[in-house]
Amino acid sequence: MDLALLERASEFKWVVPPTGSMRVPGVIYASEPLVRDMDHKVYQQVVNVATLPGIEGASYAMPDAHWGYGFPIGGVAAFRPDGVVSGGGVGFDISCGVRTLLTGLAVEQVTRVPDELATELARRVPAGVGSRGGIHLSAKQMNAMLKGGAQWAVEQGYGVAEDLARTEEQGCIPAAAPDEVSALAKRRQEDEMGTLGSGNHYLEVQRVETVYDEPAAAAFGLRLGDVVVSIHCGSRGLGHQIGTEFLKHMAVTAARHGIELPDRELACAPIQSELGQRYLGAMRAGVNCALANRQIITHLVRQSFDQVLPAAQLSLFYDVSHNTCKVEDHVVDGERRTLYVHRKGATRAFGPGHPDLPPELRAVGQPVLVGGTMGTASYVLAGTAAGESQSLSSSCHGAGRAMSRHAALRRWDGRRIREELSRGGVRVRARSLRGLAEEAPGAYKDVGAVVDAADGAGLSRKVARLIPMICVKG
Amino acid sequence: MSKHWEHVPHDADVGIVGVGASREEAFEQAGLALTAVMVDLETVRSLEAVAVECEAPDLELLFVDWLNALVYEMATRRMVFGQFEVHLDDNRLTGRAWGERVDLRRHHPAVEIKGATYTELKVAIDQDGDWRAGCVVDV
Repeated sequence: MDLALLERASEFKWVVPPTGSMRVPGVIYASEPLVRDMDHKVYQQVVNVATLPGIEGASYAMPDAHWGYGFPIGGVAAFRPDGVVSGGGVGFDISCGVRTLLTGLAVEQVTRVPDELATELARRVPAGVGSRGGIHLSAKQMNAMLKGGAQWAVEQGYGVAEDLARTEEQGCIPAAAPDEVSALAKRRQEDEMGTLGSGNHYLEVQRVETVYDEPAAAAFGLRLGDVVVSIHCGSRGLGHQIGTEFLKHMAVTAARHGIELPDRELACAPIQSELGQRYLGAMRAGVNCALANRQIITHLVRQSFDQVLPAAQLSLFYDVSHNTCKVEDHVVDGERRTLYVHRKGATRAFGPGHPDLPPELRAVGQPVLVGGTMGTASYVLAGTAAGESQSLSSSCHGAGRAMSRHAALRRWDGRRIREELSRGGVRVRARSLRGLAEEAPGAYKDVGAVVDAADGAGLSRKVARLIPMICVKG
Repeated sequence: MSKHWEHVPHDADVGIVGVGASREEAFEQAGLALTAVMVDLETVRSLEAVAVECEAPDLELLFVDWLNALVYEMATRRMVFGQFEVHLDDNRLTGRAWGERVDLRRHHPAVEIKGATYTELKVAIDQDGDWRAGCVVDV
């Protein structure tokens, strides 16, 4: 990205002053090297989002921002109730997110049986193209799942009530409308509950390698040398189908709603329109599908540990979603407002004291789970008070790709990647060697630089660093 | 230039392009480009045909609908397709895709496709007089 296009407000904050049809400024949070490396398309997308009706504050990009479709991935934008909701601002993989489980195990307990555990996890958790889960949902069960999310899953026996307290929205986003989810979307999901998917989705066993903030880590239940499990996946075929269908409806009707789209992918509808309301209902059903899916996978992970390491006590540390539109109260221009906050590849990061946080975590701030690559590290951060005014309590979500899949495939060989990771102490179980090459750690940005920028900008603060021991990929 | 398909690098996802002497041929080639995101085309046998129909207000939206119809059929039937036939009539498409059930050992699918997007979406005649149809697909 050309730095001449930006005004530098501080070390980690870059502003795009409003010009033309921009209603608000663009704000990019990143270090100078990260901004330099961002594609010019990120700039264009930040500018485009700033033109949408009803946007408040700014069109934000997080430190891991990269070229998305419509919105940048790593984009955050909030709209007044008289503004718009955008399918492209949520993305195809509705409520894709990360959850991390504490195991109560120390590293040595896992290093005694790494292959057994890796094999058992890969056997129990379906992953990759064409995989099916062991659960087939009838039409009635599908609607109950879309309405109830992880709460439904726990009622079905896939987890315990304590898991829900550690999930955003207590595992169930209200006002989901299963009737607005098409038959095609439901059909696509019938056999996909409890599946991981492919691409950048993963299941990892990790160790806590560094603690940056002792008191916060203690409140989070993270100690140096502890073993944790992280799950990264979303709403599977159902979410993808909802995204696909509503994107078209919104693109076709935008002009009728008096909305001028700088890019068709920014397709949106007035929140108060019939289409806007239908999308919100369907999208929320997609959120619940993702929450139920991660809950079922949690159950499969618990079964795997029961088999190999029965001493483990797996409790949910926290579950975050990073492709969402949620109704939240925020202070903008000194005034508390109810806003529709789109986070596309961005994590909610409520600061200390927020009433939506579980009481035992409230003093610290919301856990922000940032997924890295299978060869580097993931991070746990905590929401800050400053994040509210900086980015509507939002932070980064991952490393962000630095290289296309195409380029990665030309550079790396899946088998070699697996061997190199194994030498580095990471057991990989992948269905596809080509997929492994496309997901090579070197194809991603330096996740450390991304979280340092999020920390430096005050969006969230570093608590701990997690290193992969086992990685299950699609 | 004769009919062919291309992959275009995109930061997070993959751009696909089909090129041909007609709109239909460009759409068919784009079907091959779509499959090639997931598997090696040479491994796909044409054992079973699936009929596809879609309708959209313009040619570009129709192109995305065509790809999304293929994504849907692949996902729900657990199939991969290696051969395509497209007929266009105004803003209506009828087509067929031939392929087979995904076989993990033979196809080694790299990644599943979530959906075709409107990013970099273009269906037009290029300077050589060929039809080019392309967009970014989310993986």
